[in-house]
Amino acid sequence: MLGYTITQWLFGILSFLAVMFALLVVFSKNPVHSVLYLVLTFFCIAGHYLLMNAQFLAIVHIAVYAGAIMVLFLFVIMLLNLNEQHEPRRTSVSRIIGVIVAGLFLMVLVGVLKGTEQLQLTNTANAEAGLIKNLGQVLFNEFLFPFEIVSILLLAALVGAIMLGKKEVKENVNENRI
Amino acid sequence: MINGVSIDFYLVLSAVLFTIGAVGVFVRRNTIILFMCIELMLSAVSLLMIAFSTLHNDTSGQVFVFFTMAVAAAEVAVGLAILSMIYRNSKSIDSDTLSNLKN
Repeated sequence: MLGYTITQWLFGILSFLAVMFALLVVFSKNPVHSVLYLVLTFFCIAGHYLLMNAQFLAIVHIAVYAGAIMVLFLFVIMLLNLNEQHEPRRTSVSRIIGVIVAGLFLMVLVGVLKGTEQLQLTNTANAEAGLIKNLGQVLFNEFLFPFEIVSILLLAALVGAIMLGKKEVKENVNENRI
Repeated sequence: MINGVSIDFYLVLSAVLFTIGAVGVFVRRNTIILFMCIELMLSAVSLLMIAFSTLHNDTSGQVFVFFTMAVAAAEVAVGLAILSMIYRNSKSIDSDTLSNLKN
């Protein structure tokens, strides 16, 4: 097909979709639509992971980001009742300045990062590097201590979120009793 | 080359995604959408990390992305809890009204 392989076609299509959905996340007015477009962006990024032989991370990315984090966002949007569009807009001057600054930032990033291809690599790609067996062996041998630390971090975040969410309710209960 | 796709394309793709997230942080005022844009920037960086992990045939990069996901989950949980508390106190999630610390 026009001299490109299937992988290159998939890369192009997924990249185009990811960029389009990311733009829609930023520029759609309704926060719920933003969340749904962000879920689609994450699916495209998970497709990229699959193309790069990172199968386990692709599934985890869908489960954690699209499944857990985005549901949390939707819950908060519904709890705060933000479905209507009452967001005050920035002035057009500051928006244009923001876009210009981000464009300059993109130019700097691309300029710094290009030319990485010239690295001489001796390794050949291993199609099974991203499977759960190999990943688990690395995770539980070299990275066992960080893994345990992450579990403590998640516990701390859990306790912190509950504390932050609960405080106000307690005071209200006390006021009601008085 | 990763399966026939040059690493430069992955570099440009994740730079573009990161910049779109930055545009969102600059342009929007709804704090929840700012959070979503930060998630977008984070996963752009993860994408690049996996690209280089595959390029160098080194599994450590993928494990690092795994840890990044755990940290992102913790960050979102605490951040959204703070956000709902701010909304309860000030009845607004406009990022420009959150300037109480200035005075």
